[in-house]
Amino acid sequence: MSDSIIGAAVSRIDGPDKLTGRARYAGDFQPEGMVYAYGVYSTIARGRITGIDTTLAMRSPGVIDIFHHGRFPRLHRSPGTFAEENVVDEKRTPFEDDRIHYMGQFVALVVAETYEQARAAAYKVRVDYERDAQRAAATLAQGIEDNGVEHANDSERGDPAGAYDGAAYRVDAVYTTPVETHNPMETHATVAEWVDGRLRVFDSTQGVIFTRNTLSRVFDLDPSQVEVHADFIGSGFGGKLWVWPHCVATCAAAREVGRPVQFVLPRQQMFTTVGHRPETRQHVRLGADDDGRLLSIRHETINSSSPVGTVVEACGGSTQGLYACDNLRISHATAITNRGTPTAMRAPGAGVGLFALESAMDELAAELGIDPLELRRRNFTAHDQGADKPYSSNHLLECYDRAAEAFGWSRRTPEVGSMRDGDRILGWGMAACNWEAMRNPCDARVALRADGTASIHCASQDIGTGTYTILAQIASHELGLPLESIHVTLGDSTFPHGPISGGSWATATLLPAVAEASRAAIKKLKNYARNAASPLAGARGDSLVYDSGRLSDDSGRSATVAEILGAQSLANAVGEAHTGGAPDSGYSFDSFGVHFVEVAWEPEIAHLEVTRVVSAIDAGAIINAKSARNQVEGAVVMGLGSALLETTEYDERNARPVNSNYAEYLVPVNADMPDLDVILLDHPDYELNEFGARGIGEIGLTGMQAAVANAVYHATGRRVRDLPIMLDKLIDDD
Amino acid sequence: MRTFDYKRADDAHSAVNAHSGQAAAYLAGGTTLIDLVKLDVMQPERLVDINRLAYDAIETTAEGGLRIGAMVRNTALADDDRVRRDYTVLSEALLQGASRQLRNRATTAGNVMQRVRCSYFRDGVSPCNKRVPGSGCSAIEGHNREVFAVLGTSDHCIAAHPSDMCVAMAAIGATVHVTGPSGDRTVDFLDFHKLPGDTPHIEHELGEDELITQVSLDAPIDGSGSTYIKLRDRSSYQFALASCAAVVALDGDRITAARLALGGVGTKPWRAADAEAALVGQPATREAFKQAAATAMQGATPYKHNAFKIPLARKAIVRALTDAAARARGDTT
Repeated sequence: MSDSIIGAAVSRIDGPDKLTGRARYAGDFQPEGMVYAYGVYSTIARGRITGIDTTLAMRSPGVIDIFHHGRFPRLHRSPGTFAEENVVDEKRTPFEDDRIHYMGQFVALVVAETYEQARAAAYKVRVDYERDAQRAAATLAQGIEDNGVEHANDSERGDPAGAYDGAAYRVDAVYTTPVETHNPMETHATVAEWVDGRLRVFDSTQGVIFTRNTLSRVFDLDPSQVEVHADFIGSGFGGKLWVWPHCVATCAAAREVGRPVQFVLPRQQMFTTVGHRPETRQHVRLGADDDGRLLSIRHETINSSSPVGTVVEACGGSTQGLYACDNLRISHATAITNRGTPTAMRAPGAGVGLFALESAMDELAAELGIDPLELRRRNFTAHDQGADKPYSSNHLLECYDRAAEAFGWSRRTPEVGSMRDGDRILGWGMAACNWEAMRNPCDARVALRADGTASIHCASQDIGTGTYTILAQIASHELGLPLESIHVTLGDSTFPHGPISGGSWATATLLPAVAEASRAAIKKLKNYARNAASPLAGARGDSLVYDSGRLSDDSGRSATVAEILGAQSLANAVGEAHTGGAPDSGYSFDSFGVHFVEVAWEPEIAHLEVTRVVSAIDAGAIINAKSARNQVEGAVVMGLGSALLETTEYDERNARPVNSNYAEYLVPVNADMPDLDVILLDHPDYELNEFGARGIGEIGLTGMQAAVANAVYHATGRRVRDLPIMLDKLIDDD
Repeated sequence: MRTFDYKRADDAHSAVNAHSGQAAAYLAGGTTLIDLVKLDVMQPERLVDINRLAYDAIETTAEGGLRIGAMVRNTALADDDRVRRDYTVLSEALLQGASRQLRNRATTAGNVMQRVRCSYFRDGVSPCNKRVPGSGCSAIEGHNREVFAVLGTSDHCIAAHPSDMCVAMAAIGATVHVTGPSGDRTVDFLDFHKLPGDTPHIEHELGEDELITQVSLDAPIDGSGSTYIKLRDRSSYQFALASCAAVVALDGDRITAARLALGGVGTKPWRAADAEAALVGQPATREAFKQAAATAMQGATPYKHNAFKIPLARKAIVRALTDAAARARGDTT
């Protein structure tokens, strides 16, 4: 078992709990005496509150209290740094003053005995506003026009302008991507209770430690006085990495009313006050020689940001090192719009950055008249020029070969509209994927228990990706115990310090810590085994051999964990570990991949369908073939949504999101699913960690929009540079 | 959602009585009403639950049509053998609407009565002549791509009627049966929904406290073929950007009867009578269908984000007529 469990297609161990409803999400916790909070949200995007009248609402049945800027305790801001693990994107605390910065900002919070009573009363709170004389910037274009562009960062190597001017082939294009809203199934939820000055929070969060640290700063508490729980999360996609105003407001309200308070964010407010992927405008210029070798790359991005916090979308991150090119310029800048802050959304940076770069590469291939795959092969690099280090493990060429073979790319005819399936025109496109592989420090505790089972504790969390399961696999491997005997407990900030579930680094971060803690537990067991009461009493320390829950010495004696611990009335043998971040070994760590996409365009009814996707992913060792495939498939589907459907639309006159619901904010449905083939290369990257795993949550999203856009171009001849590719951008007026 | 009073009615008479004298709303499947009450867009003081009313049958009429009870669920109607055989267009329209979960709840009368998806109507805040008469229309100069009309619009409202079922019924020809304080009456289906004009808050012909009891369908046209084509951004769970219900009967290759109705583009289920008239007597050719499509969309008014709906609707019409004609010929597509 121990040899085969790593990499096996293991079903998620929390599946039965989720299926039967035993799994408890933040909103499922109901501490004794709990009451409910409902928000009142601003209906203007820029201005100030001139009056709040709660008279009618306070008379509404069940109302306990109503909080707003004129009635709220003074709180503190979080420093909001990654190093201190207390990041917030919206720096302001709720109800800080009378200023309105975006539509849907919290302006009041009603607390009542029931959810329905709180909501009914919230509708009766009357808020008067005075709009600023200057308009609210509703879009990136308006933000640039009204507020200008603020430089964030840039980097340059060689002479990109000069090399471009001298290049035989050039592409100069601007690509735009819209605001996308995370919209996990489970909206944000917080349950807060105060017991003897200590704060206990059940929160739908991707980081129990970060949330604890942030709340401890906001409420001026020692971190040990704050407990954050997140047993299960109905996904987050980055939207639940940091603390948002509702969480702070709920905790404060619970303290004020002296009872536990539950808050669940309504779906409409998922579009306003809990982050989004910002709008981007990306200017890409490529220059190449006659053979298609890149002489110059410039990738310059402006993204929409917010008056309440600046967030930079690092679109050019992957552009630094994906291709060999000596002359390069990357820059990032922001412009303030009257929206809540953007935040990380699955594959921030590369997620939309590669749409621009990989679309431009397709345009360059068309200019050159060479196959787009061949163009990428010619520009392959095993050396990350951005960091000036070799990649630890880069199998992008193998991704190209295997996916192209599976897709049948060699049968592609390059002329636009040249491939048909009956009345439908087929388009074949491809694009590369790239994501930085990261690893962070981590603690973990593993206990071998007297009942023959083992437990794992870590203050990380499983946001639905399969973290519970792969940790059980690793412990099963290290301890030689069956999977069913491993109990994984996460999502509690009082456990050993663990990472946020973000950046695709949970796997690379957690596995070494759990493995080392498992080995420490075995070592501890060996110490106990030599005690007088043990069946192995007196064994020489280095003579003890552990195998599958049993210790043996060199004299032929052998005893199980249960026998060793039971004989001494011990509950367990506990191992603790602290493992470090990515090793400073002179390598650059990245994951790679490629998507091949077939679209079918039926001009007679203006219908575009993605019919086939073949993706090959090089993400190091695959720990769980099932959940890894599931992650890539999910990312591909999300990428399809980003390519074709997703866009949060704002009314340009007042910055109100107008499609803030699940019916009109479109994401793919089951009926949109293409034939999906995911090839996982499974080449371990032992430079990053002992298991060779690099994480797989985000890589599959990157490049997807470009692969679709390139296929659409091949089918229709329309080069769509502005996402999403909705049918109005393709329809002919026939 | 605000506090409301709830009455469950056992028959139409008691339902009408419970409704009268109150700011009341009839509760059937609740798939529109409950949403809007939660959003505080509708604020009924009383809900009269009509789910126990015995209007749950689909009966054959003396004229050879079908009489559909108000409470017949969308799923049941779509799956009914007579509907599938004689009114294929209706079954197909229903099955392309909403999701199965919603269709299992949604009723025939409720579908007729569903409210628009206009975001300015639903946000409870923006000026909207439907919600607050005289407050203005935010959509005309606002974001108006997806659920906004190009036919039958006015300076006061451009919201598209969202139903698929009603488009099929408009093509088939139907009668709405109503009961109320002054007894029973019928309304021609095409007259039931009203154009917005300068009173977009008046959406239908129902009088005070009146209740729909049945919808009866005209007898099917002998030898006709029919279909419903719905075009949208994703394959399911989206309102039509443009849709077309078509019924075609042929003599040889000559069109003897045609019925055409449009969805997603009209402020009400949109019967394209001029286009129908032009088709009759013509050969069932692509040219004739394209001409009919042009005729149907002749008076269309594009707005900032939805001009594409005009060519899109023409495509839906040509495809629907093509497929309906093929079925009339007996082609098994």
